[in-house]
Amino acid sequence: MALTKIQDQIIEEFSAFEDWMDRYNYLIELGHDLPAIDPKFKTDEYLINGCQSKVWLHADFENGKMHFTADSDAIIVKGIVALLIRVMNQQEASEIMNADLYFIDKIGLKENLSPTRSNGLVSMVKKMKMYSLAYYAKHKA
Amino acid sequence: MIPDNPAVSIDLNLIRRNFPVLQTQVHGKPLVYLDNGATTQKPRAVIDKLNELLESKNSSIHRGVHFLSEQMTGEYEYAREIVRNFINARNTNEIVFSSGATGSINAVAFSFGEKYIKEGDEIIVSEMEHHSNIVPWQMLCARKKAKLRVIPFDENGVLLQNEYKLLFNEKTRLVAVTHVSNSLGSINPVKEMIRFAHDHHVPVLIDGAQAVQHSRVDVQDLDCDFYVFSGHKVFGPTGIGVLYGKEAMLDTLPPYQGGGDMVDCVKFEKTTYNQLPFKFEAGTMNYTAAIGLGTAIEYINSIGFGAIMQHEKNLFAYTQSRLKEIEGLEIYGNAKEKISIFSFLIQDIHPFDIGMILDKMGIAVRTGTHCTQPVMDHFQISGTIRASMAFYNSFEDTDRLVEGLKNAVNMLK
Repeated sequence: MALTKIQDQIIEEFSAFEDWMDRYNYLIELGHDLPAIDPKFKTDEYLINGCQSKVWLHADFENGKMHFTADSDAIIVKGIVALLIRVMNQQEASEIMNADLYFIDKIGLKENLSPTRSNGLVSMVKKMKMYSLAYYAKHKA
Repeated sequence: MIPDNPAVSIDLNLIRRNFPVLQTQVHGKPLVYLDNGATTQKPRAVIDKLNELLESKNSSIHRGVHFLSEQMTGEYEYAREIVRNFINARNTNEIVFSSGATGSINAVAFSFGEKYIKEGDEIIVSEMEHHSNIVPWQMLCARKKAKLRVIPFDENGVLLQNEYKLLFNEKTRLVAVTHVSNSLGSINPVKEMIRFAHDHHVPVLIDGAQAVQHSRVDVQDLDCDFYVFSGHKVFGPTGIGVLYGKEAMLDTLPPYQGGGDMVDCVKFEKTTYNQLPFKFEAGTMNYTAAIGLGTAIEYINSIGFGAIMQHEKNLFAYTQSRLKEIEGLEIYGNAKEKISIFSFLIQDIHPFDIGMILDKMGIAVRTGTHCTQPVMDHFQISGTIRASMAFYNSFEDTDRLVEGLKNAVNMLK
């Protein structure tokens, strides 16, 4: 599914929530349901240190598409991580490199992707794009 | 000095009405502000004062012959006198305005370091210092090839006095220690520590950033050589701080920064410096903030530390007992002598998750390391949730916090 289509789907899902607690409860649920990262990638090498919370990210390239797995020590952050993975997973590297993640703003989580939040999410998005760029360049070569 | 009468009780409703921010709503809920360790809110008197200065009195200080400049200079120097009285310094030569407690410590680290620190010398700090009372000394040590020694604390967050005494040797040049810990709340026995250091002819700097808003500080009684604090943590504006130094000590130190107002006479051959306290006030000072700080202190004085301390003591006991209702909650920092700072974790829950949920309930706490990474390392944790209270906090604030925590635990467990 196209990156934009998944984003629109998420926006639709979140529009059903009346208040913040519903939204957070959903994120917590998503966090719990996120497929576990292979323990061998839960090391400093794959750590995106956000000062407040930690995020681990691993990227793979299969059949021309990016494949991400990730984890976080904070469950709400992990829920947002799950959303980012849902949008970015199984997309072409070039799509991710240029992705406009407008859904974050639309579902009211913009503050969580601001550099001042220091929760690792901004760096995570950057890393996802960087990995994609790296695989794209390698693949082209 | 103003006598502090503990018999006078606090009229909390009236006091809370003096702080406009406390009347606001966050995410549709009345604000519960429990991040006073980071910064305090400003009373109406301070806000009005700043407005008055900017609207009708603004002019650079110590410069002009004209009416406005003289008037502003008078207000600025009056603020210095208020600060002097607040901490009972001997005279206003001992009160230097800075950008904040951090600015004050950096000034001492530079000036004292230039004058008195050489290769192999040792500076003592504690394990519970704010980064601002660690890094300037590390930088000084790197410049001078000096060494930093560290006083450890025990599991309750109490500095180990025996270990402190063992750190002294013939190379010890300075002790820099916090009066009150910003992440543990411990009130350190600084008077005794100063006496011990002086017995070894070692001067002492006290970081009072978390102390001056909670209790009466008397620098002559403490006998510290330097005392620093920030204006914004004592209900004043940001961008202003205080460096108290004994006059005899400050007199021996070279200036920290060069520029306007700190000079006596500038010639290319040789420049001579102004007298205390101006020697340490280079450039156009943040005079509006300094005057605002004076107003904040007058406001505190109008309530009185007797009433403030009594209320905070009650608030501490109430909050401590209510937090115990939450299963799995562990408080870090259980010194007998403590202010109303509660640093805690709830079993198996990340502090950041709690902070995010409390925020949506209109409750402002801080999560993370609180600029004290060595404290977190001591307990082998990555951070805590910190609720830090001021005299305008109410029992209802505590109730809202406890209710918020219970809700958060329900969501996260």
